[in-house]
Amino acid sequence: MTNQKEPLIPAIGVVTDIRMDTPDVKTFRVVTPEGKKAFDHKPGQCAMLSIPGVGEAMFSITSSPTNTEFMEFSIKKCGCVTDWLHSMEVGQQITIRGPYGNAFPVDTEFAGKDMLFIAGGIGLAPLRSVINYCRHYRDRYGKIDIVYGSRSMQDLVDYQEIIEEWSQDAGVNVYLTIDREQSEWSGHVGFVPNYVKELGFSTDKIAVLCGPPIMIKFTLAGLQELGFDKTQVYTTMELRMKCGIGKCGRCNIGAKYVCKDGPVFRCDQLDELPDEY
Amino acid sequence: MRKISLSKLDALFAEIAAAYALYLPVDTKAGAKFERWEAGKTLSDALNTVRSAKDFFFPQTENLMDFKMEGKNIEVIDTRSETEDFAVFGVRACDVKSFEVLDRVFLSEPADTYYQNRREHGVILSLACTKPVETCFCGTFGIDAASPEGDVVCHKTEDALYLDAKTEKGQKLMAELENITEEADAAAVDAQKELIHERMAKLPLANLSADAFGDGKTSEFFDAPEWSELSQSCLGCGTCTFVCPTCQCYDIKDFNTGHGVKRFRCWDSCMYSEFTKMSAGQPRLTQMERFRQRFMHKLVYYPTNNDGLFSCVGCGRCVAKCPIQMNIVKVMKKLGGRKHD
Amino acid sequence: MQEINCEVLVSKAAELLEKGTVDRVLGWKAGEFDYDITPAVFHSEQELKDGFVWNDFCGANFSKYLIKETGKSENKVLVFLKPCDTYSFNQLLTEHRFDREKVYAVGVPCSGMLDIGKVKQSAEGIAAVREEGGEVVVDTLYDGSISLKREALLPDRCANCKSKKHVAYDELLGEEGEAVSSARFDEVEKLERMTPDERFAFWQGELSRCIRCNACRDVCPACTCEKCVFDNPNSGVENKAAANSFEEKMFHVIRAFHVAGRCTDCGECSRVCPQHIPLHLLNRKFIKDIDSFYGEYQAGAEVGSRAPIVDYKTDDLEPGEAVGGGENA
Repeated sequence: MTNQKEPLIPAIGVVTDIRMDTPDVKTFRVVTPEGKKAFDHKPGQCAMLSIPGVGEAMFSITSSPTNTEFMEFSIKKCGCVTDWLHSMEVGQQITIRGPYGNAFPVDTEFAGKDMLFIAGGIGLAPLRSVINYCRHYRDRYGKIDIVYGSRSMQDLVDYQEIIEEWSQDAGVNVYLTIDREQSEWSGHVGFVPNYVKELGFSTDKIAVLCGPPIMIKFTLAGLQELGFDKTQVYTTMELRMKCGIGKCGRCNIGAKYVCKDGPVFRCDQLDELPDEY
Repeated sequence: MRKISLSKLDALFAEIAAAYALYLPVDTKAGAKFERWEAGKTLSDALNTVRSAKDFFFPQTENLMDFKMEGKNIEVIDTRSETEDFAVFGVRACDVKSFEVLDRVFLSEPADTYYQNRREHGVILSLACTKPVETCFCGTFGIDAASPEGDVVCHKTEDALYLDAKTEKGQKLMAELENITEEADAAAVDAQKELIHERMAKLPLANLSADAFGDGKTSEFFDAPEWSELSQSCLGCGTCTFVCPTCQCYDIKDFNTGHGVKRFRCWDSCMYSEFTKMSAGQPRLTQMERFRQRFMHKLVYYPTNNDGLFSCVGCGRCVAKCPIQMNIVKVMKKLGGRKHD
Repeated sequence: MQEINCEVLVSKAAELLEKGTVDRVLGWKAGEFDYDITPAVFHSEQELKDGFVWNDFCGANFSKYLIKETGKSENKVLVFLKPCDTYSFNQLLTEHRFDREKVYAVGVPCSGMLDIGKVKQSAEGIAAVREEGGEVVVDTLYDGSISLKREALLPDRCANCKSKKHVAYDELLGEEGEAVSSARFDEVEKLERMTPDERFAFWQGELSRCIRCNACRDVCPACTCEKCVFDNPNSGVENKAAANSFEEKMFHVIRAFHVAGRCTDCGECSRVCPQHIPLHLLNRKFIKDIDSFYGEYQAGAEVGSRAPIVDYKTDDLEPGEAVGGGENA
């Protein structure tokens, strides 16, 4: 029996780099004790990280599958486990298991399409994986537009990567916005849903949304005003999880378990689920 | 089919106990309870145990693994061990069916090895119910109290116990009993089945129907106005979920022993307010939403994901034990009796 | 059988609804059988006629429901209270848990409620439970009708009723009863006479059956914290199931401490326990000790009374003197 793999028993991960992204978001680089990537994943999938004695929690894997050396997790400090993760130093071991959940249909529905990524705040974390995947296989996708907003300039996650890498790519347009005026900010000011409407994207593309529920709600409405159909819009869900494998019974919306049937949902599929999220 | 005189039950149990850890229902001052058999313990006459038989495969708490922490390093210690072969005698048709409901959760990919190991090592000797009571409604879910499933199916008549092996595991167990049992024909058992069927048809809940529920009925029932009245006096305790043979929600928690960390699993309840609570919010804020979740899961969500199989087996434990006497029977009657547009 | 019949309660409720004194009624609702009665809110005479029931199985104490119910509307709610329920009612008022002005309380005499568990011990498969010639008659599914002595079917809280007298109401139906000098501390004394080892074994045996369903806490009128310490992840004791055998004892001991001096001995904890743990005995031990240390005190007997353990007096017992609740303690 002990030879059989138990999904709840995690592997060890070593934190090899910690990057302070914003005042409350840090990005952690994780490898196995042998220095390898813990497991392969698809864009949008998640992993359970834990500190024994503190707890276990689900996080989206923010690095792209095309990164074969390590995984990254951008984590906002907002509870017991995340507080502890934020207090870690490089070299700390944690536990890791996964990958969990479905993924963005990068090789099917997204293939050959123009892509519009829209994120708010820490919502960029799950999108970074798919954005970098599309950038890596640049020729498989059309034009890429990225709209990203946060409370302030300091709260923009991955700002450096956005400016130094994403903005430099051919065929990739990045539109940044912050909620309120700041003296050192010369870019756009305003909420993401309004900015998306101002930018007025054409509807011949796939939109991927991630952010706080209120942002998703208004951005989706904005996209529909622009003429997008819900079948063109994807988003990710987040609910409390314990097992990650559809057995502990708490992350369901109707008959769907977010940990195994999600976290990625197409917006018309969400409409079929009861309004309980 | 084999049989043994009831006067030799002790010898039968002793024979089984020689090869397996044997558990059976015994009477306690708080009702019948599965206990490990030893000489002197007698089989309870009670219809069913207070706690369900799910404990054998999905115990209320169990250690999953240990951790040792040293400086920045963590060691994961796999504490799993091979379960001993065990036999459970006297499992009723409803509880036997509950194992199938649990199997579909725990054994679906990726399988839960803790559960799987206990399932592999457990032999079920089921026992037909000669006197189902007013809270019983297994028939509603197509379960036959006269012909339970199980590895060995038993029928207890006035003077004998009939045993019929139905699976390979059951045959292996019966081989151990070759010498103390004798070959029997099915006449007495058939007569008993007929009697049980007559009795089942006369039960007060015999006409309860689940036809209105099942696969794909989410939108039909989710916003039903009746949920609010049905749930209005729910205390939000976990009694129904904990006595239920099919409730399988669990929590995983860490316990710091001072020498290391134990990660354990324990039963959880969707009736509890913190079940779905997270730092980012709470999708089920009211008791009505939590109450609805429990019954929607049993009657709609689970069947939607499991070929129409309901995750209620009609054992009646919640009917008997709910502190405010609200239960799945009342929910089904209220919702199923409603005219839908 | 109860002294006042169901029709009297229904017509009283209908009258108060009609007059506009109240706009809803907190009462007992009939179920599938004679005994599975659910607390419910009734809004009309028709609803009352369709479902309201008052019989030997109306054990539920509505006092705690008033916290939630009075928060729903500015209008008054009618509540029926048995004598023991009125103590919880007063205790909750003492603790400022609901607005008295939003409640119209009607006292109902009670001749004790039956314990369905005890009925089921004597009768297998219950078709009906009725009263005939002073005895309880159970029509069974397989053994015909069985006559049982009423006294033998009472739960401990009713067999040892502390009072037939209502301590709070706006209106009383029937005759007022008297406080009863019951033998409610007999069981506690029996426990006190045990050696510490025997007593530990007794509680070990009882509490080991606990499944941590929290029904005792959730039904308890003294447990009205907005956030229970056992539900608080930051408390260090938040566990749904016992992580070890020590913890399951601690849950009940801590709860007993927390309600000490506030518990009115309504017995709801033992009524709802699915594992038949005599939880009320823990609370009665506290009540008995408080009585003997500080003079007799009944929580909920009057609104605004200060429990001795939160009311410092210069002649209070010193901790050293208090030790020794029983000869073997």
